[in-house]
Amino acid sequence: MRNAFIEELVTLAEANDHVALIVGDLGYSVIEPFADRFPDRFINAGVAEQNMTGLAAGMASEGYHVFTYSIANFPTFRCAEQIRNDVDHHRLPVTVVAVGGGVAYGALGYSHHAVQDYALMRAMPNMVIAAPGDPLETRACLRWLVANPCPSYLRLGKAGEPRFHESVPDIMPGRWVSVHPGDGDAIMLSTGAALGAAIARADGRAVWSLPLWSMATKADQPAQLARHGRVTTLEDHLADGGFGSWLAESVAGTPAAARIEPITLSPEICDMVASQATLNRIGGLTL
Amino acid sequence: MKEAPLVAAGPHDTKALARRIRCQALHMVTQAKASHIGSALSIADIIAVLYGRALSVSPAAHRHSERDRFILSKGHACVAVYAALAETGFIDRALLGTYGIDGSTLMAHISHKVPGAEFSTGALGHGLPFGTGKALAAKLRGRSWRTVVLTSDGEWGEGSNWEAALFAAHHGLDNLICILDYNKLQSLRSVDETLRLEPLHSKFEAFGWAVREVDGHDHDVLIDALQGPPWQGGKPMMLIAHTTKGKGVSFMENRVEWHYRNPTPELLAEALAQIEREALDA
Repeated sequence: MRNAFIEELVTLAEANDHVALIVGDLGYSVIEPFADRFPDRFINAGVAEQNMTGLAAGMASEGYHVFTYSIANFPTFRCAEQIRNDVDHHRLPVTVVAVGGGVAYGALGYSHHAVQDYALMRAMPNMVIAAPGDPLETRACLRWLVANPCPSYLRLGKAGEPRFHESVPDIMPGRWVSVHPGDGDAIMLSTGAALGAAIARADGRAVWSLPLWSMATKADQPAQLARHGRVTTLEDHLADGGFGSWLAESVAGTPAAARIEPITLSPEICDMVASQATLNRIGGLTL
Repeated sequence: MKEAPLVAAGPHDTKALARRIRCQALHMVTQAKASHIGSALSIADIIAVLYGRALSVSPAAHRHSERDRFILSKGHACVAVYAALAETGFIDRALLGTYGIDGSTLMAHISHKVPGAEFSTGALGHGLPFGTGKALAAKLRGRSWRTVVLTSDGEWGEGSNWEAALFAAHHGLDNLICILDYNKLQSLRSVDETLRLEPLHSKFEAFGWAVREVDGHDHDVLIDALQGPPWQGGKPMMLIAHTTKGKGVSFMENRVEWHYRNPTPELLAEALAQIEREALDA
């Protein structure tokens, strides 16, 4: 996903001279293609995420679409108020990019685990969450974001995720994308890099992905839910404030709510040191 | 459509403008029963010099691409800026009467929805990073407009300001002016008793800024500092403005309580009378 991200961003920046990238002193062996190609639109803000985000908002207010890039919680929780006030409230085109969504940096420990980021971002009224499930959804998300500049959060896994689509899918906020067909009316629906886990647990069910979602598009969920039976959601995030919770809130108080079955990470993994695969298994995401 | 050249407003009589800002600010907080009058009076002279003389801005083209950008980082002192915007023609004076009431655009912290206001603040330590981004954008695109950020003294407890101070110096943003309203009173006690900033002048010099220290109520030195070219090529500018919280109203000066209180009608009349007397003396 990291490689698809930087390749696609370079391609988009070729055609859009207002696309800029600011990193928080991270991105070694990832961001060089952009930095080398567009030195006047690449800034290393240093280890200073609040300023990185505030200055991204300032640049965005002058016509740039700024991507801020760092690991897991550093570009999100560390500067949550800058995202809330400077970016989201002013509806500025800043895309916060976190690499290492979920527990991709497993053994680096809790400081590097992004398992509450959906909760933070989906509480912001103007924010669009872009959580691609494979490298092709990553490209689709970037294309949508550059074409529709807005306060946004791009959550990437790491490197080496498999492709699950044949080609770059058509996506829009709030609309589920079919990944593969299945039998019966029960389905799997995932967001972000949990897509692989959803496919592995499908057991003949159809698998869908939702790579773009937001507070505003919660209202679009009941109609899509009505087309299916039981909907099992998967996410590499805690249940509280997560994707399954968002979906359930969209039909809260109606019979459809009982058909949603969220699979999330158990908070017990927050105290553990282990690889991503092990944490996802112990946390209950994978079998 | 091609943009017409920017025709800057003014110049205004900045002393008279400062008095009108003080009077309007007093009326607004009294009517809305709102706080922070001490903070607004502290910056009234700085705001008058900015809108009356130093900023290249125009009410007729408040989004002009070549305008100077002014950001009030101490958003709680917004009545001073709203008053200046009304007195220089950006907004209707009648709008000031809606301050703080239901449905007004005049939120009790500065709001970007008000014509002439660039950025909403209220949480401290946001204005300088944001302004740094604007100054960097201007540099990257070879534009000549300037960014001016007005901070409080207490908000230099925020780490984000020091992050921006490092960044602006590292990138040589000599199109960025930060004014520090140094009234030396925070929300509970003095700056010295809360989180000491001194030695401030040498601290900012050590951070790589060009630094000037002035009387923040002396219009001539403020005009000299805020008008014209960068003080030193390649360095952002830090104007340490020594001010008095509550300036112009004797019973509000240097009193923490006027960070919070709003005047009774009797105290409002007394405050306005003091400002009138100052006008006559002038």
